[in-house]
Amino acid sequence: MSEIITPATEPKKIMGRPRCLNDVTFHFCPGCNHGNVHKMIGEAIDEYGIQDRTIGVAGVGCGVFLYNYVDVDVLEAPHGRACAEATGINRVHPDKIIFTYQGDGDLAAIGLAETVHTANRGENITVIFVNNTVYGMTGGQMAPTTLLGQKSTTSPYGREFMGDGYPIKMCEMLATLEGTAFVARVACDTPKNLMAAKKAIKKAFKMQIDQMGFSFVEILSACPTNWGMTPKQAYKRVAAEMIPYFPLGVFKERTTADYM
Amino acid sequence: MALTLTKGNEAIAEGAIHAGCRFYFGYPITPQNDIPEYLAREMPKIGGTFIQAESEIASINMVLGAAAAGARVMTSSSGPGVSLMQEGISYLAGSELPALVVYISRIGPGLGGIAPTQGDYKQVTSGGGHGDYYTIVLAPASVQEMFSLTIKAFELADKYRNPAVLLCDAILGQMKEPVEIGPRPDFKDISLPDKPWALNGNAGRKSNLIKSLYLGDGEMEVQNWMLFDKYKKMKQEDTYFDTTDVDDAELLVVAFGSCSRMAQTGIDMAREQGMKVGMLRPISLFPFPEKAVAELSARIPKVLVVEMNTGQMYKDVKVNLDRAADIHLYARPGGGLPTPDDVLEEIKKIY
Ligand SMILES: Cc1ncc(C[n+]2csc(CCOP(=O)(O)OP(=O)(O)O)c2C)c(N)n1
Ligand code: SF4
Ligand SMILES: [Mg+2]
Repeated sequence: MSEIITPATEPKKIMGRPRCLNDVTFHFCPGCNHGNVHKMIGEAIDEYGIQDRTIGVAGVGCGVFLYNYVDVDVLEAPHGRACAEATGINRVHPDKIIFTYQGDGDLAAIGLAETVHTANRGENITVIFVNNTVYGMTGGQMAPTTLLGQKSTTSPYGREFMGDGYPIKMCEMLATLEGTAFVARVACDTPKNLMAAKKAIKKAFKMQIDQMGFSFVEILSACPTNWGMTPKQAYKRVAAEMIPYFPLGVFKERTTADYM
Repeated sequence: MALTLTKGNEAIAEGAIHAGCRFYFGYPITPQNDIPEYLAREMPKIGGTFIQAESEIASINMVLGAAAAGARVMTSSSGPGVSLMQEGISYLAGSELPALVVYISRIGPGLGGIAPTQGDYKQVTSGGGHGDYYTIVLAPASVQEMFSLTIKAFELADKYRNPAVLLCDAILGQMKEPVEIGPRPDFKDISLPDKPWALNGNAGRKSNLIKSLYLGDGEMEVQNWMLFDKYKKMKQEDTYFDTTDVDDAELLVVAFGSCSRMAQTGIDMAREQGMKVGMLRPISLFPFPEKAVAELSARIPKVLVVEMNTGQMYKDVKVNLDRAADIHLYARPGGGLPTPDDVLEEIKKIY
């Protein structure tokens, strides 16, 4: 038996839409983690009070409509090149807070060179990397992060290392570069992991505010639509298949900047 | 003012500094390396930024970022490098961003060679990348013009919020001529346009957005017509060309860039032999001096196009030619140089 409890006073709002997010509904599919990541970016921007000096660079993928949701200046970059655009902006406005928002196809396939070299230059920007192991926007083709055995529309028999190669571990790779200041991998599958993700994204922005150099957060995300799963199944897959191959954690965290 | 002996590529670099360009992103390729080398040396002295990018793809996208941030910005390259930049140039046009791409042509296709050519005329004047767009294209014919047209190209890019290309070749890039270059102006004395659309944080205003994706029904058609109107305005207000000896001419030579210099000497030789030959030199290749071709060819019945390719500008001349005029082509692709004697011979054949 249940009982309706009417609160004596209006409930105090303890959670809600970050101020710098527009009051519109996300276009993402149900269960998609792109929405969570947008929200966490919004929270970080609110937390540090940097909305009026933040510039976002949207990669091409399901996150391309960043500007519909996050109320900051935004540039839409060509597919894969967001880090180069961010470099150009950063050199013109070194005092602004610049972040890119990129998928795995965008960042780790077509834009790999720009990503690596921007990290290597220690460009003082933040990269938000949404790894969902597929090309979401174009309909679920194989990505550089597609797991071995994972079926996609262009790996219909499952990805094989002979021929397709291995899924790329971006955090591990970037952490080896002298230029990176903060490198972390997080996930959105459980409330606990969401908390850690939020913390890492905030930390990445903080590193940039403190002029520490290149900060990078990889977010393991669900794409229920292209995985052919319900949201619940998709989060289970993140835990069962993605996290074992893409371990979570902070791979690098500088305490002093290069120039210090 | 004192004349200084200056190399073409360096005149461009110095022109950029005079224009208030403080951001350069590029990748080495012969025959334009003097430009990045000059700017790598000079930019730090004047508070500017020089980055040697990891590729021409990265260069043009850094240019795109800096342009979106409101800066006067440039890159430079040659054949293979400019081919790699085409996606970015298309995005610059689609996102309506001003920037300068300096193109010092070398022979192609493929790795080709480092000899001069005008074989990139077609690529550059057609926009170059995907989509229904054009870039402003200026083609200097002397080191002095390499300096002045660099400044002009920046101004036009800003005027139209459109990428501009300065099209030169290995001859112009490498040759030294006495030029008049005044003292470097202070940055604060250079007048740069306001860019209220630029990305610099939304303090005190609504957020700015720079994009080229339009998925709404009919949106992209509106966008394309808007760009078309811009190109029409360029044609009306910013078409540039030069003419010599056309008043009494019975034969008109049309040539641009370095080729026009060799053709001009050929014309002078023909004049000495009593042949009335004049010259039309397109300076803006886009917008092309269509009216000048039409009007001059209505008066001068014979036209000879001289170019260092297999006949690319020839097509632009031909479509604008008076119906009664006769058109001829003297073409030298792949590094072949039309000497003044060669041009004189061609003139004699058809005069
Ligand atoms: C040069 C170029 N090649 C291909 C495309 C097509 N394209 C658009 S998005 C995309 C992949 C997106 O995948 P990802 O980066 O993983 O983002 P997601 O949608 O999964 O978030 C591709 C290949 C393009 N826009 N430009
Ligand atoms: S296709 Fe995948 S990544 Fe794109 S919105 Fe849907 S669930 Fe998200
Ligand atoms: Mg993806």
